[in-house]
Amino acid sequence: MTHPTTTQALHDLGVAELAAGLRDKQFSAVEAAQHFLTRAKAHQPLGAYVAFNEDATLAQARAADTRIAAGTAGTLEGVPIAHKDIFVTRDFPTTAGSKMLAGYQSPFDSTVVRKLAEAGAVTLGKLNCDEFAMGSSNENSAVAPVGFDAPAPVRNPWDTSRIPGGSSGGSAVAVAARLAPAVTGTDTGGSIRQPASFCGITGIKPTYGRASRYGMVAFASSLDQAGPMARSAEDCALLLSAMCGPDPDRDSTSLDVPAENFSAQLNDSIEGLRIGIPAEFFGEGLAPDVRTAVDAALKEYEKLGAKLVPISLPRTELSIPVYYIIAPAEASSNLSRFDGVKFGHRAEKYTDLVDMYKKTRAEGFGDEVKRRIMIGAYVLSHGYYDAYYLQAQKIRRMIADDFQNAFKSCDVIAGPVAPTVAWKLGEHGNDPLADYLADIFTLPGSLAGLPGMSVPAGFGEGGMPVGLQLIGNYFQEARLLNAAHRLQQATDFHLRQPGGL
Amino acid sequence: MALTPQDIGRIANLARLELTPPESERMLTQLNGFFDIVEKMRAVDTSGVAPLAHPVAAIQDVALRLRDDVASEPNQRESNQKSAPAVERGLFLVPKVIE
Repeated sequence: MTHPTTTQALHDLGVAELAAGLRDKQFSAVEAAQHFLTRAKAHQPLGAYVAFNEDATLAQARAADTRIAAGTAGTLEGVPIAHKDIFVTRDFPTTAGSKMLAGYQSPFDSTVVRKLAEAGAVTLGKLNCDEFAMGSSNENSAVAPVGFDAPAPVRNPWDTSRIPGGSSGGSAVAVAARLAPAVTGTDTGGSIRQPASFCGITGIKPTYGRASRYGMVAFASSLDQAGPMARSAEDCALLLSAMCGPDPDRDSTSLDVPAENFSAQLNDSIEGLRIGIPAEFFGEGLAPDVRTAVDAALKEYEKLGAKLVPISLPRTELSIPVYYIIAPAEASSNLSRFDGVKFGHRAEKYTDLVDMYKKTRAEGFGDEVKRRIMIGAYVLSHGYYDAYYLQAQKIRRMIADDFQNAFKSCDVIAGPVAPTVAWKLGEHGNDPLADYLADIFTLPGSLAGLPGMSVPAGFGEGGMPVGLQLIGNYFQEARLLNAAHRLQQATDFHLRQPGGL
Repeated sequence: MALTPQDIGRIANLARLELTPPESERMLTQLNGFFDIVEKMRAVDTSGVAPLAHPVAAIQDVALRLRDDVASEPNQRESNQKSAPAVERGLFLVPKVIE
């Protein structure tokens, strides 16, 4: 393990280095928290954070310092992190990026937040995201970032005229700009992997059911998964180990799979690792600059002793309509709870109960959320359920079976995360389909519930980061992190940082 | 089969969303654009394929879990109602439902 030197600024240290420095008492948890809070406030124009609560952060840091002094430190004791504003938190407001939840204060912490706190992590604040995690550019957030009076775009620190990706855009920006050493994100159709790729950081979505969904504001319940985002695979492994584990009383789809130490196999050799290369991920739609970076990363793997195996995922293109039927269907059901009665926004003027519902929801939801609710309500309605929703769920099984077929000849699958690098703010304009189509490479793994990650693999057009996507079979997170870590031992893309910060 | 303005009205009512006329018009165009890409999916032969709800059920049985029918939550009425738009004497207030 690398130990920090006094010349390195705290924000240049990773999670493993910070945890070691805190344990060795080179700096205190209060110092670390204050350092990151000051830095986060200095970079407010990026729009990454939507909430701070300095008193709560410092109280958590003091408690961490007490445990370090008492010798009862957890694995992440005193390490400052921040949470996507999809996770409910007792000490911070939770908005899910929506006007609907303005001012909402949760009476409890989500399981993921609680588990990370139990490991000793200190919460710096909450991070911007697309409204209810619906989006691929973070342009759908309806919440004003800290330092702004009105909603403002989250900016990619590599080029502030570009989007950071989404929906965990604020999370990716916080790590890339070193406003937090690590953060949480959620991934429904690519919302950890795509922003990680666009901002040049590392992110992993575990197998569906590994991390509890309790206290994650629900979007699509059969797809939503929590995961960590950080600079390195080593740091992601530390966080993921603390985040996963069964939550039988709180999440009905949580799997009975015990928590695992995902750091244990990081340094294993990848000699002979069979990496499947799906032909469908390298077709016409893939931008040449992204292809060049991905090909170079795959060459690097060959140098490390891995073998590339051609495979086929024949229903890759179908994953777009299948996902955009299933996710909105589940969303329309989940979001019916926002009715202006128990929490959140309520319209000021209305005639009766139904009118109150309709006006409340019209005012509280943004355009993309309304579109998905409409699609979902339609495909679940009488006469259309079989043709759309059920048909999509059947093809979902075929897509999952395609992966099992592919894993007969390979250990992991690799390809691009997205067809292009991060696009310019506003570039997709009022065309929601352009965003949907750009999700093509992350959706198949999401539908199959497989673990997937994005690993920095180089740079493309405009000097923008490119991520390599690694997809593993169910419960193979340790193998993915091992493969990513070995690549990061051989390359330094994950250590590069945007200029001007 | 394209959606009509009447369909948009019917779906918006099901979804309890009040849409302004320009919003409805935009929604109609965008939803029809979306359902164009869904057509490919409808043509797939899925006879004999069981729908997949929990993705991990693709490789192993995933039983729907039930917990014992015992109240395990402490009473948190006040903190639960803290973010409610209208509360009186511990009750959520709504417009008159029954005449």
